[in-house]
Amino acid sequence: MSEAQIPLLDMYRTMLTIRRFEERCNYLFMQGRIPSTLHLYIGQEAVAVGVCAHLRRDDYVVSTHRPHGHAIAKGVSLRSIMAELHAKATGCCKGKGGSMHVGDMSVGMLPAIAIVGANIPIAAGLALAAKRLGTDRVAVAFFGDGAANEGAFHEGLNMAAIWNLPVVYVCENNLYGASTHYSKVFKIANIADRAQAYGMPGVVVDGMDVEAVYQVAGEAITRARRGEGPTLVECKTYRLVGHSRSDPRTYRSKEEEAEWQARDPIPNTARRLQALGLANEELLASIEREVEAAIDDAVAFAENSPLPEPTDTLKHVFYEA
Amino acid sequence: MALMTIAEALRQAIREEMRRDPRVFCIGEDIGIPGGWGGAFTVTLGLADEFGHERILDTPISELGFTGIAVGAAIGGLRPIVDVQYGDFLFLAMDQLVNEAAKMTYMSGGTVKVPLVMRAPVGATRRGAQHAQSLEAFFTHVPGLKVIAPSTAYDAKGLLKSAIRDDNPVIVFEHKLLYGSKGPRKEQGAISAVGEVPDEEYLIPLGKGVIRREGRDVTIVGKLLTVYRALEAAERLAKEGIESEVIDPRTLVPLDKELILESVRKTGRLVIVEEDNLTGGWASDIAAIVAEEAFYWLDAPIKRVSAPDTPPPFAPVMEDYYVPSVERVVEAVKSLF
Repeated sequence: MSEAQIPLLDMYRTMLTIRRFEERCNYLFMQGRIPSTLHLYIGQEAVAVGVCAHLRRDDYVVSTHRPHGHAIAKGVSLRSIMAELHAKATGCCKGKGGSMHVGDMSVGMLPAIAIVGANIPIAAGLALAAKRLGTDRVAVAFFGDGAANEGAFHEGLNMAAIWNLPVVYVCENNLYGASTHYSKVFKIANIADRAQAYGMPGVVVDGMDVEAVYQVAGEAITRARRGEGPTLVECKTYRLVGHSRSDPRTYRSKEEEAEWQARDPIPNTARRLQALGLANEELLASIEREVEAAIDDAVAFAENSPLPEPTDTLKHVFYEA
Repeated sequence: MALMTIAEALRQAIREEMRRDPRVFCIGEDIGIPGGWGGAFTVTLGLADEFGHERILDTPISELGFTGIAVGAAIGGLRPIVDVQYGDFLFLAMDQLVNEAAKMTYMSGGTVKVPLVMRAPVGATRRGAQHAQSLEAFFTHVPGLKVIAPSTAYDAKGLLKSAIRDDNPVIVFEHKLLYGSKGPRKEQGAISAVGEVPDEEYLIPLGKGVIRREGRDVTIVGKLLTVYRALEAAERLAKEGIESEVIDPRTLVPLDKELILESVRKTGRLVIVEEDNLTGGWASDIAAIVAEEAFYWLDAPIKRVSAPDTPPPFAPVMEDYYVPSVERVVEAVKSLF
């Protein structure tokens, strides 16, 4: 794939949107304007964006307790995510989901699943439906390194493989399951090696490099869409912030953080765009302003939206046509 | 009109719905293997011949995984009927049923539907503790799940067809002693639930109970096997001049509360019979509803007849002690007079 074919500028814009959106969320959380907690995706943006750049609106994404980046990359509106985080009636889940369950099926993003690994068989099921209904839709499940030690990972990947389902499994190995380091819970260097046990390709990619992720995800998604079956893609990445807002990160060293900070995909992609002659300072500054304006708009929308009624608690237990 | 066992009635319901709607499919262990049993209790026997192995989809032994796949398939536009060989295995799939299937509509603000049917055989049948449990209360407790428990062939067909067409996850509890499975899958001690099933199509709406026997002196509520225990007890009691009204709710969620309350308002006495353990059980819930809403019509305390708070035992003498007997129902009723 030539550099010209990679939509690097668009991907940069989406990564920046995710970064600035979450920085704003964090600020609003510290101010007490967003309740609950937040699992921020800061540092991992290249994964969601590099993968979702290949997806159509009618393809499926099934995410985790850390879903903001996937939701934005899949096209869920900033307004509806921000309103959901503000627990407003206009949120993408009408205030019934919150940060860990953002999603919007009208753009193919299932409300995120916050039980580690549970989205893995669900993605296979969406892929089964896509195949059985005669479409060429694909399903993508994002999950962390921790999920690869759940039984659902083993069962889901095995069935996706035996039935040749159009699903791509994207493992975002950010080195920590909450505070537990990868090396304490894995005897192997690469989670992608487990793919072989199920009879599917497993690929390792630098998850801090959006071009590399784009390349590898493109091959996996094309394979799935052609009916050639599932792929396990392991993206080596890092969350540059704590697990949740109550995490002081005392289980990892400042040196390690600095090392990964240097690989931050946002400034690195900005430099790459300039080196390739795809953007100059002026263009980057104007993208920054546009992104900030879109986030301002989302925050204003959220703040001006009504709260749900307390009795809305009783609605939507069962589906009504 | 044809005479059918419950296993045959369930099979006929699945066949009709699969013919009617190409989105309906079955998924589970050993359900369509050529030369196999057609599920643990023959319900899907022969269906793969008509519908093929894509729609009668045999799985690895991965209850959590294939239940999750069914959840995803349901969200993606199909209508899965999931089969676990024994209800006890539902515990392996609990996360997908409780956290995903039951909550997805709610968490999505009512925008996502999960039209999934989970079929689960229950009941103690000489198999020891892990192939025997009655699990209804675990699932009636979960908001977002509907629960049905048919005790006749007519109900089995009509309720299962409604469940398949429902846009929500529905758990179907089927009692092993009521299936009427034949050949090598025949159950020892089975009760004949053979009944007339109309040739023409019919549906039984979820949430409507039935009065199996009318009576003025006491209301006995049972489900699955204990409906039959209650009916036999009612016959014995009638010989002693006590007329029992036997109610079979058929659907546990949503519950036909009014049918029970109306009967208690008439009889003034209530006995609930179930095969599940006593503590935190379904019977306790029925007792609580009646105590809250019909207390002033009661002439005697409410009685629960259930299994004791033990796992199902193996030795037949102990299992017979464990499962509520006709004698225990008779005794409970007589203690109210």
